[in-house]
Amino acid sequence: MTHYEPVIGLEVHAQIHTASKMFCRCPVVEDTGDLEPNTYVCPVCTAMPGTLPVINRRAVELTIMTGLALNCEILPVSRFARKSYFYPDLPKGYQISQHGLPLARDGYLEIDTENGPRRVRIDNVHLEEDTGKLFHVGNVSLVDFNRAGVPLIEIVTKPDMRSAEEVRAFAVKLREILVYLGVNSGDMEKGVMRFEASVSVRPVGSDELMPRHEIKNLNSFRALARAVAYEIEQQIKTLESGGRVTQETMGWDDARGVTYTQRTKEYAHDYRYFPEPDLPPLEVSREWVESLRRQLPELPDARRARFRAEYGLGDFETELLVADRAVADYFETAVGLGKVSPKTLANWITGDLFRLMKETRRGIDEIPVSPEGLVDLIRRVEEGTVNLNTGREILEEMVATGKEARQIIEEKGLAQISDEVALREIIEQVLDQHPAQVEQYLGGKTQVAGWLMGQVMKATRGRANPQLVRSLLTEALEARREAR
Amino acid sequence: MRLTREEVDHIAELAKLALTEEEKERFAEQLSAVLEYAARLQELDTEAIPPTATVLPLRNVMRPDEPRPPTPREDILANAPAAEEGCFLVQAVWGVEPEPEVEP
Amino acid sequence: MNLYELTIHEARRLLDAGEVSAEELTEAVLARILEVDNDVQAYITLMPEEALEQARAIDAGGGSGAPLRGIPLAVKDVLCTAGVPTTCGSRILENFIPPYDATVVARLRAAGAIIIGKTNTDEFAMGSSTENSAFFPTHNPWDLSRVPGGSSGGSAAAVAAGECLGALGTDTGGSVRQPAALCGVVGLKPTYGRVSRYGLVAFASSLDQVGVLTKDVTDAAIVLGVIAGHDPMDSTSVDAPVPDYTAALTGDIRGMRVGVPKEYFIEGMQPEVEEAVRAAVDQLADLGAEVVEVSLPHTDYALPVYYLIAPAEASANLARYDGVRYGLRVQGTDLEETYKATRGRGFGPEVKRRIMLGTYALSAGYYDAYYLKAQKVRTLIKQDFDRAFEQVDVIVAPTTPTTAFRLGEKVDDPLQMYLSDVFTLSMNLAGICGLSLPCGFDRQGLPIGMQVIGPAFGEETVLRVAYAYEQATEWHKRRCGL
Repeated sequence: MTHYEPVIGLEVHAQIHTASKMFCRCPVVEDTGDLEPNTYVCPVCTAMPGTLPVINRRAVELTIMTGLALNCEILPVSRFARKSYFYPDLPKGYQISQHGLPLARDGYLEIDTENGPRRVRIDNVHLEEDTGKLFHVGNVSLVDFNRAGVPLIEIVTKPDMRSAEEVRAFAVKLREILVYLGVNSGDMEKGVMRFEASVSVRPVGSDELMPRHEIKNLNSFRALARAVAYEIEQQIKTLESGGRVTQETMGWDDARGVTYTQRTKEYAHDYRYFPEPDLPPLEVSREWVESLRRQLPELPDARRARFRAEYGLGDFETELLVADRAVADYFETAVGLGKVSPKTLANWITGDLFRLMKETRRGIDEIPVSPEGLVDLIRRVEEGTVNLNTGREILEEMVATGKEARQIIEEKGLAQISDEVALREIIEQVLDQHPAQVEQYLGGKTQVAGWLMGQVMKATRGRANPQLVRSLLTEALEARREAR
Repeated sequence: MRLTREEVDHIAELAKLALTEEEKERFAEQLSAVLEYAARLQELDTEAIPPTATVLPLRNVMRPDEPRPPTPREDILANAPAAEEGCFLVQAVWGVEPEPEVEP
Repeated sequence: MNLYELTIHEARRLLDAGEVSAEELTEAVLARILEVDNDVQAYITLMPEEALEQARAIDAGGGSGAPLRGIPLAVKDVLCTAGVPTTCGSRILENFIPPYDATVVARLRAAGAIIIGKTNTDEFAMGSSTENSAFFPTHNPWDLSRVPGGSSGGSAAAVAAGECLGALGTDTGGSVRQPAALCGVVGLKPTYGRVSRYGLVAFASSLDQVGVLTKDVTDAAIVLGVIAGHDPMDSTSVDAPVPDYTAALTGDIRGMRVGVPKEYFIEGMQPEVEEAVRAAVDQLADLGAEVVEVSLPHTDYALPVYYLIAPAEASANLARYDGVRYGLRVQGTDLEETYKATRGRGFGPEVKRRIMLGTYALSAGYYDAYYLKAQKVRTLIKQDFDRAFEQVDVIVAPTTPTTAFRLGEKVDDPLQMYLSDVFTLSMNLAGICGLSLPCGFDRQGLPIGMQVIGPAFGEETVLRVAYAYEQATEWHKRRCGL
């Protein structure tokens, strides 16, 4: 029986979150779904007659930086081209894109697979503009151009992936890089990243080019991986039953978990590219590239390696910290204060802080606890001002109210009692109240000490320093033995 | 170079132009004449000649990433043949996916 | 003398001296329009109230010192004017009112000019006779049965008939110079990048340039000085200083080298045109210029190159007219049919022809053979001029092969129509500047134009030579008999 091997390539579109649009100065606003339509538009991005594009320098720079992060060659001369097709969300009747001379090409991204690391080659990285949005209401469509002209970076891979898992790993890693570069928020729910997968299968060992299915408009990692897995399975089934796969454009029905053929016309793909006459070419000098290279932040893989080496963190916590640039930055800021060990910080962040972030559905830069605030709290625990459990409760309060640890401790009287005189007094009281248990202890049933300790903690409402209580309690009991 | 009727149909489709039969006939003829005239360019050996897309010596014309207030929506919609709820209104778009068929 | 016959610089003097008010001048021009525009049909839209209001504001002391203060000018209807219809001579934009001014219009306003109306044009500036206007053809003021040339025929005719003191046009393949020649006025096409294209409704983006039409060379220098200069809204506008162009008008061209290209005197051209231009060249020699024969060997290829590149760019530029955001919408059975019906009915035959041609030249399988080939030959044409300008300061040639032809004469033969631009296309392809000025009349009394062509940013040189010739002759003083 023939074994089949999937051959998968990706096209990834990611919005670039510059302050202004690609070719006009309208603000770029991440669409949270409640934006009033056509309120971030101007004559340029709605293609009024006579208007002209002007290139946003930041968008070009972020695209070059992405190219560098993906190990690409940066072309010395690059230019924009018009890609012509008609659709109501495309105001000019052409999209300004790049064709033939992209900003970057021939790179790669290394992903981890079950068979070890694997390089996925990048064909090119280029810059273009987004289209508007259509809303379908009955037999009409409404057009909103708020998104029209938002800069889009397009990353095109070679067909180097061999499974849905690899595709997912690539997408996840690419997202991580884009977020690290500040290209976009990585907020998939807002549609800031969109995927198109081209999938074919061929007999193992063959290097034949097989007809592909291009699956459009995949907007989440899950949809991407599921659609690719589904396609692979279907194509193998088709071939095994003696059928043929034909080149097709597919849609993905997420609810039913199936791909389906999109109705397209054959001539629809003649985009008639030609150089954009309204925009002079870009000359990307070596100096420019080098200065952008210097601006590159440390990328996730390098940071992972450093976290393990420099902070002695394990793979699991490193992964948790590095996956989100903001978290890793937060962690490093906290470590940099030099008051708490990296290990302890990692535990607090990936444990309680992550839980609280998840519960309140906020990112680390949205919660009101600064790295300084967290370190201050941990120090108070380590110094014994409060015990660990109280510390965790205080953090919850900090996340909820934005108050500082000290304020919460004061307001609620949570400071740990480490005053030996005060504690001795409480212990004596507890022992006096429970003579039977004291007798048991003195009779050799020393495990009763634990119960007595609980009573002391209860009497202090958990504020007592447990170590101190333990030693003072033992002391007090032994004193009573001697006193007999 | 003679344009066929099929080619005229195809170009009109690409350009989204509804043409009458008479226009198609006439354009086939007139465009053929222009293309025939243009065929003289093939006389020239341009193997080593770079194409001119722009006559300007300009490069790297860019602006800083600074937003400006957008145009009031009423000004943008003022010329719209049809508008509703702050949007441009059109008939249902083509190419909207048909109901997917479920595998039995 | 009637006020409407004044040149801009003459009117400037009278206005500054207080001998004439802006209101009187504007009224005189508006009255002249009422008198002759039924016959000439130069205007698509008139703005009499706005114009008079503006004139009164100027008379009340507004805009003192501004170079065009109180001067009534016309603007070709492919240039956007805020709040005033901008039709491009097309049904598809018949009701379009831009929310903004083209940069050149804003500059005219800022310089104190009074904009009195929008002039007729071939639809989207595609044509050489103004007969491709969707609304009506404009007539040549020298002979109403003839075309004024095009596509800036409305502007040229308006200037020639005294319906404005000067006008803006646009020149993609000769659309300022050719109608200037046919109407006996001065037409200047600046270097590509000299004047902002923002708000100029695009025909062919790598060729379009805003130009000026005036009664004499001095006026052209004045208006160019106002509209030239860098515009951050147009990435193809060059950030080079704008000189005082009137300072170049010295009348002295001794020692200047004037090139005469042999390829511009061709078989089939009207003999009187050749005679007039040759006589003008002699005149320049008499004024002390050194006349040199030059060669522009790829001249013959300019027409096919132009008619591939311009339609290709136009096919994309005109894709935005889909009936979604503005302009005409012709409802069809579904959205796609609506697109096709809107464009099929909204565009006239010449525009459709060029969209078809351009779409074809860019389509899969033909790009290399047509569009790319044309771009390469464009390089050769540009190199011809580069070499010629190593030898000479300016090139002098006829603007058109014939004087004004009859209305209807070439409408059904696109290729013949295209040939009337055969002497003007090359400068757009090379991106250089050129000016047409009157250099005689044929036996029927129709004006003949001569082009003075300069290298990129050679406007001062061109104006200097043209001015010297003009001052030595009387042609520019003749007025049409209307």
